[in-house]
Amino acid sequence: MRARALDDVFAALAAEGEEAKILAGGQSLVPALNMRLLEPRLLIDINGVPGLGAIAEHDGGLRIGALARHAELGRSPLVARLAPLIRQAIPHIAHPAIRNRGTFGGSLAQADPAAELPACAVALDALIHVASVRGERRVAAHAFFKGLYETALAPGEIITAIDIPKPAPGTRTAFLELARRRGDYAMIGLAATARIEDGAMRAPRLVFFGVGVKPVEAMAAAGALDGGALRDRIAAAREALGEDLDPPGDLQADSATKLHLARVLLARGVHALAAGAA
Amino acid sequence: MTVRPLSFLDRPNSYIGRSVPRPNAERLLQGRGTFVDDIRLPRLAHAAFLRSPYAHARIRSIDTAAAARQPGVARVVTAKDLAGRYTPWVGVLTHLKGLKSAPQHPLAVERACWQGEPVAAVVAESRAAAEDALAQIAVDWEELPAVADAEAALAPAAPAIHPALGDNLAFTRSIEAGAVDDAFARADAVVEDHFTFARHTGVCLETRSILADFNPADRQLTVHHSSQAPHMMKEIILRHFPLAETGVRVICRDVGGSYGIKIHVYPDEMAVIALSLLLGRPVKFVADRLESFVSDIHAREHQVKARMAVSKSGEILAVAIDDLTGIGPYSTYPRTSAVEGNQVINLTASWYRCANYRARLRVAFQNKPPMSQYRAVGHPIACAVTEALVDRAAQAVGLDPAELRRRNLIADEAYPWTSPAGLRFERLSHQRSLARMLELMDYAGLRREQAALRARGIHRGIGLASFVEITNPGPAFYGVGGAPISAQDGCTLRLDPGGSVMVAISVTEQGQGTETMVAQIAASVLGVGIERVRVVTGDTERTPYGGGTWASRGTGIGGEAALQAAKALRANILALAGAILQTAPAALDISNGWIVDAASGARRIGLDEVGRAGYFRGDTLPPDVQPELVATRHYQPRDYPFAFTNGVQASWLEVDVETGFVALLKHWVVEDCGTVVNPLLVDEQIRGGVVQGLGAALFEECAYDAQGQLLNGTLADYLVPMAGEMPDIAVAHLITPTATSELGAKGVGEAGTAGAPAAVMNAINDAVAPFGARVTTQPATPQRILRALGRV
Amino acid sequence: MSEAVDIRLTVNGEAVARRVPARQNLVDFLREELGLTGTRAGCEHGVCGACTVRVDGAAVRACLVFAAQLDGARVETIEGLSESGEIVDLQAAFHARNALQCGFCTAGILVAAAELLRDMPRPSRADIRDHLSGNYCRCTGYHAIVDAVETVARQRGAAGNTP
Repeated sequence: MRARALDDVFAALAAEGEEAKILAGGQSLVPALNMRLLEPRLLIDINGVPGLGAIAEHDGGLRIGALARHAELGRSPLVARLAPLIRQAIPHIAHPAIRNRGTFGGSLAQADPAAELPACAVALDALIHVASVRGERRVAAHAFFKGLYETALAPGEIITAIDIPKPAPGTRTAFLELARRRGDYAMIGLAATARIEDGAMRAPRLVFFGVGVKPVEAMAAAGALDGGALRDRIAAAREALGEDLDPPGDLQADSATKLHLARVLLARGVHALAAGAA
Repeated sequence: MTVRPLSFLDRPNSYIGRSVPRPNAERLLQGRGTFVDDIRLPRLAHAAFLRSPYAHARIRSIDTAAAARQPGVARVVTAKDLAGRYTPWVGVLTHLKGLKSAPQHPLAVERACWQGEPVAAVVAESRAAAEDALAQIAVDWEELPAVADAEAALAPAAPAIHPALGDNLAFTRSIEAGAVDDAFARADAVVEDHFTFARHTGVCLETRSILADFNPADRQLTVHHSSQAPHMMKEIILRHFPLAETGVRVICRDVGGSYGIKIHVYPDEMAVIALSLLLGRPVKFVADRLESFVSDIHAREHQVKARMAVSKSGEILAVAIDDLTGIGPYSTYPRTSAVEGNQVINLTASWYRCANYRARLRVAFQNKPPMSQYRAVGHPIACAVTEALVDRAAQAVGLDPAELRRRNLIADEAYPWTSPAGLRFERLSHQRSLARMLELMDYAGLRREQAALRARGIHRGIGLASFVEITNPGPAFYGVGGAPISAQDGCTLRLDPGGSVMVAISVTEQGQGTETMVAQIAASVLGVGIERVRVVTGDTERTPYGGGTWASRGTGIGGEAALQAAKALRANILALAGAILQTAPAALDISNGWIVDAASGARRIGLDEVGRAGYFRGDTLPPDVQPELVATRHYQPRDYPFAFTNGVQASWLEVDVETGFVALLKHWVVEDCGTVVNPLLVDEQIRGGVVQGLGAALFEECAYDAQGQLLNGTLADYLVPMAGEMPDIAVAHLITPTATSELGAKGVGEAGTAGAPAAVMNAINDAVAPFGARVTTQPATPQRILRALGRV
Repeated sequence: MSEAVDIRLTVNGEAVARRVPARQNLVDFLREELGLTGTRAGCEHGVCGACTVRVDGAAVRACLVFAAQLDGARVETIEGLSESGEIVDLQAAFHARNALQCGFCTAGILVAAAELLRDMPRPSRADIRDHLSGNYCRCTGYHAIVDAVETVARQRGAAGNTP
């Protein structure tokens, strides 16, 4: 069914429950349908619901509609200015034709552990607007991703928008990803922000993806970096990363390899931040 | 450049050697090709297959009742519904002594032996309806222990997959030449490696497709098939279904890539034919991508132990190899699954002078999809093993790898030459090719750049690989063993009344440019513009009988047939023109669509006038003249079992030693494939082949667990090479025509794939040599490189 | 909610009205319903790019869009792009350079290349490879395709066609 308003969506979800799936960009959902991995009775096409696609400045930060396409985010001057981390991440997402359809909200709802935007959302302290027939609530990104393809969305709920807070002055961002081929799901990736003040790194945020069931913020490693001259701190941070991450192995790399690669990305990410890459 | 006497190839306005764009590419550029799935027929039904989810399982029962009741379903069948409607097949050839295999059926009879084996079929009004019905079929499976690993399959206690065959050793062969043990004993250095080549598969963008259309009213079966060899397929059909030779037609129009994948007999495709015969209506099957991964033939699963003995002056004294390959539970039909391993042990080290050679091949059954011939069959393994040992030998005796090759490659003047394994080389150009390569790639300059970058912690590597390629096989390759595989091809040329030329030829087109190559030859010999030539291929009813396209034989064999037929037609045309003009035919020639005076070039009469006179104006001709404006010639190689080509490839790459990632910076190929009819098409065949080899070297493997379950059977998980990771590829040629044909052309389709994996493996090892690291597994994934470096 | 959905859209400039099964994707709609067989399915999981067409001016994977979603949409396929002459220079360059062999991937690659040249008039070879990184070709090895796209970019630039 083509939903014309959010109320249509809520009604359909209430009526069909697990037998209904929301169709936004479809770039993750439809392959699963084509492979007969999922067989919902109803697809709720929300592409026609007005007001869900806007990218606008809000409180010095951004309010991005759930239906904003990856390609639009990549082209948007607002995103470039107010959330450069997202702009850096977009070219890594799949390929141009996929980015023309895939949506920000869809990517967060899908919560693929190897996806780029969930990690960015966590690193940017995004606030995710969730609507249902019961009204609207907001979920902080770090609390939104719960498990493998599992989010804080309850039955009957849909993401409507994502707020990115105003960036602190002097914040730099770095986005790194290791993938076997351009556009593949990441073997491992890092969404990082920090302020550089007087040659020292302040409030670093290091969010890894492809390292478990959801994005993982490396608190110990970030702690080891905070406040000191970089060269000395990187070795300590690499060491501390072993406390933050225990990545499961997959077909591409076993656990030891993943941790090794995470350490490599950590060092490269820190250098990128220090060099002012933004 | 070899000098040969002037021939038809040197005529004025000859197209031989010209980069003519393909006339038949225009429709493909506009989306107007005709692939099997594009064909619409009345009452067309669609087949879908239920496949075994287990690598090895007994089928206790199959309940198809619910599926048969689904809306839109015409029929549901299992093996017992097809019994008696076909004869089973066995993939053996008599000249591969000792090769054994079990009978195969379109649908598994009481046991499935690989994950993906077809077990039941639904025919319905749409593919979607057929798939819906598949979900309603209930199979009572009894899972059996699976033997997935080839080594384990040959262990004494391993259960035989086919108890009637005794064990899982399908085929074994040994070669012993010269004095091998002596040579190893007196060597100054012995290098040894254990290589693993992962199973991978072809991944044609157009999946396997077949549309079988049986008309019971006239007992005519027409098969539209995405395939390389229509006559072979027809012959197979005749051998296994109750049809008359005059009642079968196989048509291959546009084929979306094949590379050998679509030259084998597949149970599901045979089932489709059986279903059309059963239902008396057209039935189409197009494999989807997921089922392709578990039902297309796989290739290249080898474990190789190899040693090389070398003297301190860098002379290769001996080579010994032991190759174990796993081929799935059946040897494929009709080409067998023993040919690949056989070629590995025949080819290894054969381009070097060394006379002392020992080889052992073991071919094992296992519970994985059947493995068989795929582009470059065995060459990538033989080349990678040989060339890796050569690099190691060079390192062991302190010689530059190019120099060690130079000291050991067969001299260009040493031909004809017979290798220790008995391969006969007419004439190759290894030495000149190597010299050309070193110049083309600026080897010395790259070594300097490599050294400078190493000092800055950037690790680049250079890898060389010399190789030979089997092309233009004669009848001793397959036909001698009983296979319905023709080593000859035929070409018919006909002059039409308007002066245009119709060409029908039995070699086929899958995008490599067969039709264009044939048109160039026909146009050159006949003296007409190429725009006046139309070529028809891929239809058993419209072309002469022949082998089709495989083993890089299209130009060498098909092209020669076209050349000879064109010469014969030219003679017929000039005989008629001579009669019309009352001039001796020897004094005439054809140029630009005109009969001309041979000496002066003056135009005498248009070719169209000759055509019209021949067809419509017999009244104007002398009474004893019977115009014959058509000619057919067939050709098969006679002098040599194969026309070998030679080449050398080089890879320049960078290894990120922290992540194990490899960036391919550049690739070069120097190739000698004899006469080149169309340089543009030849070079693009080489490039395409190289990239398939690069995929094997870095990305492609079918990952299996111990229970024979495929772990990465989607296009997201099985990594094919894409544009972002591939390098530019430079190509240069030497030309040593074969003297066995007038055209002098050898084949080239597989050369790129033969040498690329070897060059890349050598380049990686060259890059990581300072760390004492070495990779002898393909694909060389980041994890394998990191492990070799000791980083994880 | 129903099993079949009525849609009205334009395909290659022609108005089309059909009732489509809810689960029919755009590739199947184009091929089966409209006989536009130039668009091809290579994987049905959005990875190979053979099915790439243009919907409302953007290149998309036709295997990942349902026909039922396209009420009011503007769809352009290889047939339309050919007939309108929009990609005639790309087609000529591909032909001259032999940037296709079996042709199965070609329609998708031409749609992707056309979008690249619209959005990035002076792409480097690396940019071309990057943009085409989602289109699988097994025959050519990509080198000739990159050459052909580069040639067209240069020709269009020389002709002053850059926006």
